[in-house]
Amino acid sequence: MTLHPILAALRKHKAGVVLISLQIALTLAIVCNAVFIIGQRVERVNRPTGLDENDLFLVSQQWVGAPGGDDPAGVEKLDVMQREDLTALRNLPDVASVAPSNSIPLLNSSWTGALSLKSDQKFEKGITRTAYYFTDEHALATLGLRLVAGRAFTAADVQHQGARDQRNRPIVIVTQALADKLFPQGGAVGKVVYTDGSSAPSTVIGVVARLQTPASGSFGNDFAWNSTLVPTRLDANFARYVVRAKPGRRDAAMHAVPATLYAVNPMRVLDDDSVKSFADIRASAYRADVGMAILMGVVCLILLCVTAAGIVGLTSFWVGQRHRQIGVRRALGARKVDILHYFQIENLLIAGAGVLVGVLLAIGLNMWLMSHYEMARIPLLYVLTGVLVMLAIGQAAVFVPARRASNVPPVVATRAA
Amino acid sequence: MLAYYLELALRSLKRSPGLTALMVLAIGFGVAASMTTWSVFRAVSGDPIPWKSAQLFVPQIDNWGPNGRGSDGEPPNAMSYNEAITLMRDHRARLQSAMYQISPSIVPADASKHPINVSGHAVYSEFFPMLDVPFLFGSGWSAADDAQRAAVVVISSKLNQKLFGGSNSVGRTVNVEGKDYRVVGVLNDWNPQPRFFDVVNSGGFSTGVEDVFVPFQRAIAVGMPNDGNTNCNAVPAESGFVGLQHSACVWIAYMAELDDAAAVTAYKQYLDGYARDMQQSGRFGWAPNNRLRDLPSWLDNQHVVPSDTKVSLLVALGLLLACLVNTTGLLLAKFLRRSGEIGVRRALGAPRLAIYAQFLVEAGIVGLSGGLLGLLLTGVGVASVGWVLPKDIAALARVDFSLLVLTLLVAVIATMLAGLYPTFRASRVQPAWQLKSN
Repeated sequence: MTLHPILAALRKHKAGVVLISLQIALTLAIVCNAVFIIGQRVERVNRPTGLDENDLFLVSQQWVGAPGGDDPAGVEKLDVMQREDLTALRNLPDVASVAPSNSIPLLNSSWTGALSLKSDQKFEKGITRTAYYFTDEHALATLGLRLVAGRAFTAADVQHQGARDQRNRPIVIVTQALADKLFPQGGAVGKVVYTDGSSAPSTVIGVVARLQTPASGSFGNDFAWNSTLVPTRLDANFARYVVRAKPGRRDAAMHAVPATLYAVNPMRVLDDDSVKSFADIRASAYRADVGMAILMGVVCLILLCVTAAGIVGLTSFWVGQRHRQIGVRRALGARKVDILHYFQIENLLIAGAGVLVGVLLAIGLNMWLMSHYEMARIPLLYVLTGVLVMLAIGQAAVFVPARRASNVPPVVATRAA
Repeated sequence: MLAYYLELALRSLKRSPGLTALMVLAIGFGVAASMTTWSVFRAVSGDPIPWKSAQLFVPQIDNWGPNGRGSDGEPPNAMSYNEAITLMRDHRARLQSAMYQISPSIVPADASKHPINVSGHAVYSEFFPMLDVPFLFGSGWSAADDAQRAAVVVISSKLNQKLFGGSNSVGRTVNVEGKDYRVVGVLNDWNPQPRFFDVVNSGGFSTGVEDVFVPFQRAIAVGMPNDGNTNCNAVPAESGFVGLQHSACVWIAYMAELDDAAAVTAYKQYLDGYARDMQQSGRFGWAPNNRLRDLPSWLDNQHVVPSDTKVSLLVALGLLLACLVNTTGLLLAKFLRRSGEIGVRRALGAPRLAIYAQFLVEAGIVGLSGGLLGLLLTGVGVASVGWVLPKDIAALARVDFSLLVLTLLVAVIATMLAGLYPTFRASRVQPAWQLKSN
């Protein structure tokens, strides 16, 4: 079949052809970018934190009328209170392990700093940033981290300090990502680093495979895997405890926490948010991402349906309009399949023009989004997949009216219009 | 005549119910998606204090120097204790307040109840008149209370309800962090969104309420620690909260009311003069690099409107545009199918304008039906943003009268615009051809 008659016929419907191509182009541009956004968000949400997240929960609490923690006596008092809490929690029947920690991945409350190989390093651009977890010898077992080199903390390693005190950190455990950045040649264990421009050395005693920082937003994107564990309990008028329940006993353990802690000391604040499962922490950290993905998904669905329906509607109209011509062609010997192909090829031409413009629009929209918002460059694969999907949708949408056209009997040609 | 066109339009729409339904659905969904995202955008981009935002200014002083600046050369977005106190002491604006976020515990008088945790700010007395904070009972504290570090507190109506059953609690005592504070004022529902007076810490939006305000110097004196962000360009030399006050770390928000352009210029000169003095004294090793932004540009600078909200709105408007293109195509098909009818009407003497009127009425009806469907879907959309978007933002999106009107207007006007070209084509139909061809 030659294209000439199709093109000639399309020229008769310039406006309709332009409109449907334009719609396909817009749809392609928006759907490509929306799907790209969805893909990025899904990828973000599915990043493993490095924790064993099942059975894990976090207790955040605040003491009332406790010492300020700025003077040595106050710090000692607070540390006693914290250790009482830890002991009480560890004695709960459903609890497997407990570690104090200033934060936990995805909590969006971080203590960040920088590690360097030289002492007294100024805080500048390009320095290796990190987030600290101040915890104790139960950290690895409680968080479920995998030690890949060196050793874990022991009880003898653990210090304590006021939360705002600046103390030396003689030993640290770092993540593999951080070890690779600081020591590209490998062999981080036993090496010395300096924290936050200090002049006191810290020895790396162990490396864990993976541990995300507490920041889930754009603030932490540059150093999401650069975590440093410090064997120090922080003493302040508030404290956080990471608790690993025995397998399957998380809810029971969570339920037991408030009464247990009030029994230790009633002068404290425990509210609805104080005992939070890690699943909840993860859900709230990624709520915006999941929401955005859902929203984009809904928009794509509506758009594709509207465009497909639009193609069906317009083609149906054209079939109705050309009823008689089709009859004439059939009477002159065209087979049913010829008529079917005619409409399919016509749609392919229109959709082809649409996707050509659409590819340009998609890339333009992506570039505009990149320049105005935090957005990565769209991989060509997304656009090419989009092109194929649009062409396929066009063909699927045109099939029903085209089949109806092919069923027009030749006898129509002989009837008066 | 309009009634006749309406009848014609309804008749024509009924003739091809599938096509009509398709157009109405497209308009409905397109408008609903746009209006839902618009309701969210409108909620987060609103001016929290429209009558005064142009007079409220946020000063920034560059106390970190070139190494501490972002890639855009911006100074820190908060103040160190030293700078905040100096600015308060010099008192160059009509009203001003340094403030920092606190999260103290409150011990209820009823011993059987557990202590609760509240959030709030330590502020100066001028905070309340500067931000036109509404009071249910009492008022803010006085400048004398500031100076004397008085143990006074302003509480929210919510906390007043919880502690005092909603009665006038002025003069009564609240236990904050283990110490007694005298209530001087109870706020009347005050929950501005964005939480504009300290966006660095609130991130703009919050589902929580600010429950307590205490005098800044009082909070410092009793060592009530700051609960918000602390940013340091170097590790503080001394430890503890006092060490933080002596450091260059930034953790204090600041706002000043400047009523006219002259006051703004004078204040800018004052800030630069301060930075130059610091440069001369050797404390700053760099030229002044200060900022003085009014509230709207400050909110913009701090990216208070989440970029997701803007991208969503943009994508939804794209969807509406695609739906309108779709409608134009379908209307074109529909109108031209009736070339015969148009020919007859024209031959019988109908002027082009009458054809215009007839078809625009038809487009209008499609738009109105689409708008009504859109209203319904917008309602569903706004109701469901609650389980899609973060709670603090979703809580702000609501359907109100202006959104309803806007939804209908957008639907009708957009559809009539979409119908313009098809109508133009319909009005160009040559009566003679149509009559001949049959």
